[in-house]
Amino acid sequence: MEGRITLDYGSGGSKTSELISSILLPAFDNPALAQLGDGAVLSGAGQLVFSTDSFVVSPWRFPGGDIGKLSVCGTVNDLCMAGGRPQYLSLSFILEEGFLFSDLEQIVESIAREAREAGVSIVTGDTKVVESGKGDGIYINTAGIGFRRAAFPGQSGIRPGDAVLISGSAGCHGAAVMMARAGLLREESPLKSDCRSLHRISGALLDCAPDGSVRILRDPTRGGIATTLNEFTEGMPFSIELEQDAIPVDPAVEAACDMLGLDPLYCACEGRMLVVCDPGCADMFLEAMRSVPGAGQAARIGTVTESLPGRVLLKTPIGGKRILTKLSGMQLPRIC
Amino acid sequence: MRYDCYFKNPERASELLEKIGVYASQAGRVRLMEICGTHTMAIARSGLRTVLPPEVRLISGPGCPVCVTPAGAIDMILELSERPGVLIASYGDLLRVPGSKRGDSLLSRRAGGAMVESVYSPMDAVRIAASRPELEVVFLGAGFETTAPGTAACILEAAEQKLENFSVLCLLKRTEPALRSLIEAPDFAVDGFLCPGHVAAVIGSDAFSFLPGDYGLPGVVSGFDPADLLGSVLELTRMIAEKRPGLKNEYIRLVQPAGNPLALSLMDEVFQTAPSDWRGLGQIRDSGYALREKYRPWDAWAKFGLRPALSGDIPGCRCAEVIRGTASPVSCPLFGRICTPEDPAGPCMVSGEGACAAAYQYGNSISQEEV
Repeated sequence: MEGRITLDYGSGGSKTSELISSILLPAFDNPALAQLGDGAVLSGAGQLVFSTDSFVVSPWRFPGGDIGKLSVCGTVNDLCMAGGRPQYLSLSFILEEGFLFSDLEQIVESIAREAREAGVSIVTGDTKVVESGKGDGIYINTAGIGFRRAAFPGQSGIRPGDAVLISGSAGCHGAAVMMARAGLLREESPLKSDCRSLHRISGALLDCAPDGSVRILRDPTRGGIATTLNEFTEGMPFSIELEQDAIPVDPAVEAACDMLGLDPLYCACEGRMLVVCDPGCADMFLEAMRSVPGAGQAARIGTVTESLPGRVLLKTPIGGKRILTKLSGMQLPRIC
Repeated sequence: MRYDCYFKNPERASELLEKIGVYASQAGRVRLMEICGTHTMAIARSGLRTVLPPEVRLISGPGCPVCVTPAGAIDMILELSERPGVLIASYGDLLRVPGSKRGDSLLSRRAGGAMVESVYSPMDAVRIAASRPELEVVFLGAGFETTAPGTAACILEAAEQKLENFSVLCLLKRTEPALRSLIEAPDFAVDGFLCPGHVAAVIGSDAFSFLPGDYGLPGVVSGFDPADLLGSVLELTRMIAEKRPGLKNEYIRLVQPAGNPLALSLMDEVFQTAPSDWRGLGQIRDSGYALREKYRPWDAWAKFGLRPALSGDIPGCRCAEVIRGTASPVSCPLFGRICTPEDPAGPCMVSGEGACAAAYQYGNSISQEEV
């Protein structure tokens, strides 16, 4: 590829897909990678799920969490979405010279707390320090291993008529971080990141799921719900139709998005799960998810149809219809 | 129900649409132009075009501040970003706008080492300047009357702090002269205007009374939620059907007839009107703001001896016509094929508020015929 890396290539949208498909996939081609799931399912002794993620969030502390909690949730959630029960994590820090010990201790404590909550052990790690000015305080990489408890057919198993569910309200993490970054968040604001480990919610769902009823699970991180659902429909003979009224969005997220010129459907979630499933199981799955504390807002938000193959459609509150595309580039705040 | 929720989720949408249909069939043809980028986006997001009767057509006008900034000005900014010690602070959506060379934007210059910061408020740019005395911080003051008071306030703040390393490249534009120029053009074909709610919050709804007064065209100052848009379209359609053009203020929860006196006094203190270059409309008298002589030390045009480059648009790009409302985004041969939000050829595809970006992002092309 020509030119230089711009921030757009890290947005999780179509530029990120382009980077993966044109540089990374051709270089490392193998069957486990080719699944392109949140985690890879490995053959060997039993079936292992393996995933890795890096965390560069700025500011490192945000309402509802910090980079430490996020670095556990992010990898734990990728393992859960691949049908795994998370077991082990590695933890690597890249620290910038001058970073405060007190801040590091706070981050480590939050990592330990979230690891206990998710039932994972931190079993290996690494620390590097770069010169002042060469990093943004702290970056973290985690990799995780889980044991596979369920298998999903993925994108190709999705059928017209299937139900689309979400485990909670949209866009909290993205909106909270953007507001914190803009210095617009007060202590008492109800706007908080949804950052949490999904093992309980995915576990509750899998506990009651008949074989084959779950087609795909995915946590809509960068690029939000709109981008993730587009990854399901891309190149496939079906579309997904969403009811805007049915998608839970917290009033604080809606207000923040209005202010910053963002769309909640494109804001990252860090503790939500999208499910495409057999429509006959939808109500049972919703009940199972809602039984987990913090997932009371789980809702059916749409249906798989054949109306405009390859696309995601949104029915608006006034009865209009529009197409939801993938996020293109970064979300930039607008002028007015 | 919370007050603001009513506007987001109108219970009476179908009733309003029915009434719009009745007036539209009386009027025969209703071409309405919105002249605010946030309206362009709000219309696309609500899917309004897909539910309006076929007689009613919504056309995007010169409402996106990024889009109306000519390529030559962008080239000049790109060149300025390469000067040693200069940090450009800008609202986010100006960062991806290409100049006359495709792919050449502040974002790509930043990847190449230029100092470019995205800010939410002009005051953030002042803070950067105060904390980095070794740098020359230039804030790109783009926008219409909506962003003018904030820009004026940051200049007053810099003057108060006697900051010598801060300046504003004033690209601010005024709505009325551009509208007059558009209306007086020979190819003008619009029956009424959705007037910009945010601009009117600053300059007042009375500032649009020239539409019916001088041109016999109806105008409605509108908010941005689906109920606002439906109510405003209904009011415009009714005035057109009854052939009784007037000016209405639908956005009374925010807009006063005389505007915001504090904002207006700040603007008057800092700015005077000046000629300004518009993409698609050319140079228009009194259509921009420039810093008054008193604030010259913070005027980047003077400080850096800047002149806009004489460069044209990218070949094939019809942004200039899209801005004037004489071509629709989908009628451009580059739209969606060569020109996409990730790799925009023209400014209307860059800004979230641009007509082309709205059409692409929200798939208006599935229902919108060519103008």
